Amino acid sequence: MSASTAQTSTIATGFADPVIAAQANFHAAMTALSRPGTVTTLSAGLIAPEPLTAELAAVALTLADHETTLWLDPALAASAEVVAYLRFHTGVRIVAKPRDAAFALVVDLAGMPALSAFAQGTDEYPDRSTTIIAAVQSLDAGRHLELAGPGIAERASLSLDPWPSNLTAELAANRAQFPRGIDLVFVSAGRVAALPRTTSVSEG
Amino acid sequence: MNAAANAQSTGYNFAYLDEQTKRMIRRAILKAIAIPGYQVPFASREMPMPYGWGTGGVQVTAAIIGPDDVLKVIDQGSDDTTNAVSIRKFFAKTAGVETTTETKRATIIQTRHRIPERELTAKQTIVFQVPIPEPLRFLEPRETETRKLHALADYGLMHVKLYEDIARHGHIATTYDYPVEVAGRYVMNPSPTPKFDNPKMDMSPALQLFGAGREKRIYAVPPFTKVRSLDFEDHPFKVQTFDTPCALCGVENVYLDEVVLDDRGGRMFVCSDSDFCEERRAEGHRGELSGEEPAFLKTAPAVEGEAT
Repeated sequence: MSASTAQTSTIATGFADPVIAAQANFHAAMTALSRPGTVTTLSAGLIAPEPLTAELAAVALTLADHETTLWLDPALAASAEVVAYLRFHTGVRIVAKPRDAAFALVVDLAGMPALSAFAQGTDEYPDRSTTIIAAVQSLDAGRHLELAGPGIAERASLSLDPWPSNLTAELAANRAQFPRGIDLVFVSAGRVAALPRTTSVSEG
Repeated sequence: MNAAANAQSTGYNFAYLDEQTKRMIRRAILKAIAIPGYQVPFASREMPMPYGWGTGGVQVTAAIIGPDDVLKVIDQGSDDTTNAVSIRKFFAKTAGVETTTETKRATIIQTRHRIPERELTAKQTIVFQVPIPEPLRFLEPRETETRKLHALADYGLMHVKLYEDIARHGHIATTYDYPVEVAGRYVMNPSPTPKFDNPKMDMSPALQLFGAGREKRIYAVPPFTKVRSLDFEDHPFKVQTFDTPCALCGVENVYLDEVVLDDRGGRMFVCSDSDFCEERRAEGHRGELSGEEPAFLKTAPAVEGEAT
């Protein structure tokens, strides 16, 4: 009895229906990446251990498994519960260096390393780069960004809070080295948006 | 077909593929969207159909489809060929999804060699079955070299090929699999669609995904992305034109199939997109060979009312 109580207190539950939930979450992420600026619904459908948000956990459980590497920002890596939760549900390999990661989970966007610290891919294999999944407070308040590029009919915009002051310039450098580059997925409570490497971002 | 008739069979995971395979394909799809026109390698699985029958398209469809999706499958524009019927049944059986032949009702359209005539919408995803994803493959057989050419954006070989067409035939003689440049960077194979369909890829509101099962590549064109068919200033890209309208629905400026009628040279040209043709005929459009409207189709009072 006491053993099972200890068990449940260490590892929180994942998706109730992994097949259907993973499809719905993937579809939301696919829509967000193919139509930058579009904010779509992401019904996480799980409870994640603090400081991991339910939406970050949902994207991680949808995309990560034993074939992928994952980097956690210091706030997440410091939590043994978060590490145990992700290892148990995905079997993912957690790496210490951002450069080795296929995915990166970030809860503290302001403290995130420079984009250039993550895997950029190579000219031959630009797909071998890091996808950053970052939790933000809001996807419709805060810094207003004007977006252009593939996936956008004419112009699109996105507002993000928080928005580190250096990130706009870093994204311009990221865009300039296309096809190499980082893709960013942002999640807030029940919602997801994305800035793939093709999007040019300006502060409006 | 309604959903109840398509009761999902037991013993398979939803949409046939296991979850680990779906995750691997989904990761490849997200990368493909982020790098338009770049061919992302993926660990293509053996499917319950031979290579060449759409194993790449089926794997992409299986990775993106959800229980609320409505699936349409076409083969050379037609909904009722063996390949299209089989793939529709496959997903009706393994995913229990609703299938349709109507382009406007579908949320996912899997296609072999055509893009529907009706303009696609932002709510739709089109999945192409691709035999040879590498546009440079017949010009340079070594993967290491074609990869380097893509990395350097060195597409001179392709322009030489098109130039040789002009030197030999007086015009660019490539009629299908016509190479395109996506978002100003990668040259991509649009799969063996007729070049007639190339302009439909440009700034399409729908997401376009490409799956090559045997060659193990996935690539994508996001919505509203520039897709330019390669050409020369003095030999601009042109699509096929047809001298006659569709013999069944009378439409012009769509892609037509030639149908041999007898052994004395008789032939007719009909819409390749069977749903488009049926829809027009249902609206009352008639072609040269469609004959008189059968009496049982006439709603007598309405027709007489209009006539008088």
